[in-house]
Amino acid sequence: MNKKTLETSAPWILLVLTLLIWQGLCSLFNVSEFIFPSPYRIAQQTIEFADVIAAHAWRTYWVTMAGFGIAIVVGVLLGFVIGSSRLAYAAVYPLMTAFNALPKAAFVPILVVWFGIGIGPAILTAFLISFFPIMVNIATGLATLEPELEDVLRVLGAKRWDVLVKVGLPRSMPYFYGSLKVAITLAFVGTTVSEMTAANEGIGYLLISAGSAMQMGLAFSGLVVVGAMAMVMYELFSYIEKHTTGWAHRGSHNE
Amino acid sequence: MSTPNFVEFQNVWLAYNDELLAQNHFAVEDINLQVKQGEFIAIVGPSGCGKSTFMKLTTGLKRPSKGQILVDGQAVTGPLKISGMAFQAPSLLPWRTTLDNVLLPLEIVEPYRSQFKQRKAEFVERARKLLQTVGLGGYEDKYPWQLSGGMQQRASICRALIHEPKMLLLDEPFGALDAFTREELWCILRDLWTEQKFNVILVTHDLRESVFLADTVYVMSKSPGRFVVKREIDLPRPRDLEVTYTPEFTNIVHDLRGHIGAIRQAGAVINQ
Repeated sequence: MNKKTLETSAPWILLVLTLLIWQGLCSLFNVSEFIFPSPYRIAQQTIEFADVIAAHAWRTYWVTMAGFGIAIVVGVLLGFVIGSSRLAYAAVYPLMTAFNALPKAAFVPILVVWFGIGIGPAILTAFLISFFPIMVNIATGLATLEPELEDVLRVLGAKRWDVLVKVGLPRSMPYFYGSLKVAITLAFVGTTVSEMTAANEGIGYLLISAGSAMQMGLAFSGLVVVGAMAMVMYELFSYIEKHTTGWAHRGSHNE
Repeated sequence: MSTPNFVEFQNVWLAYNDELLAQNHFAVEDINLQVKQGEFIAIVGPSGCGKSTFMKLTTGLKRPSKGQILVDGQAVTGPLKISGMAFQAPSLLPWRTTLDNVLLPLEIVEPYRSQFKQRKAEFVERARKLLQTVGLGGYEDKYPWQLSGGMQQRASICRALIHEPKMLLLDEPFGALDAFTREELWCILRDLWTEQKFNVILVTHDLRESVFLADTVYVMSKSPGRFVVKREIDLPRPRDLEVTYTPEFTNIVHDLRGHIGAIRQAGAVINQ
């Protein structure tokens, strides 16, 4: 096996090893499935409740994507504003940092009061937790312009807008895609947390109800499903990133 | 041309902001300068003496606190589109090919901007030709990060020249290059200038570079930035690299070096 294939298969090998050890420990010490189910038991329950899990997973997925979509729009717009104006940066950034420090789970009860139980709080929690990295990254990309380059363009009569469109935005694209990868995983966290207390559907709800019914296998399969969805989305954005902003990753391929 | 002088500075003073102005603290002081049409001037001086400020004044990116600057007979009141600039850092855009980097000014400056779509083929041809003259033929479709430092700097100079400016401003353009590449680029710049006869203002701290390339060398003192010496270089043109090894050349460099040394000592005394 050469180095390249080893590298791509490494996460799978690690996964299989982890599962084997986990299964081994559970079987060896005869751990009760109500305490800590074995991978085999989790797989069994996943298949048994496949329909239910799929329905809840679909709900969590589209709710997350809705919140994430809003996060992209708001994050890009805010990032654009604070990255292109020094005054806006000074005004907005400290407040945004304070806001980002608040635990988003704490917003759920408030959102329930405003929007009731259901998709409202879930979408908004996903949005609130994931727009910040997008905003910060766009702003950073725009704000870190070489002064010389700006002079070169300004002397030609370039307006702020020209500089932003020709230089600022393309420059911030790698930051943007990088932030999407972080934001999508956060969005799943937001949705799940919100669904645990403020929904009757979705993986978060499934986790709570399976837990209270002592269906530990089912609860674990819920976790696995969220993790898998987040990972797939992460890889998707990572793929898009590599294929649209290759110039920023030149070290990684043969050059 | 109605006026014989292409660039004229009349008692120009600049303080960076109102506070410094109130304290009479100027970055450059009492600059007087007359540059003829097509003249190549070089400004040398220790780092931090306001050479780059001088460039910003000439291009209209900064307005003087006192005095007046005329370029081509007109008072400078805003960014001067007839100028092209290149700096020590090539600052090419990594997501554009060399060719597209060179074309960038045409996408911004009028009248090319509004004609860019219709006349694109013509512009591309012009950029290719320019790249060829600096020895970058065949590299048009490479990305900047695939080029060496010297090649990037050539592309950067092409970018400064693509809109056929009347005035080229260079701020230590060869400062980051190795000695051999630097001398190679001196010759490229000399040839471009000989052919197109635009005005050049070269800011540098390399005395040999200034003497080899320029018609007139100005030595600037440090804080406050003032012109302390003006020296016409009467070495015959066209100048070959060989000229840099002649005693005449060395004498001029040595003489200018003496002035810089004097400035530094004077500065040291004041600092104490």
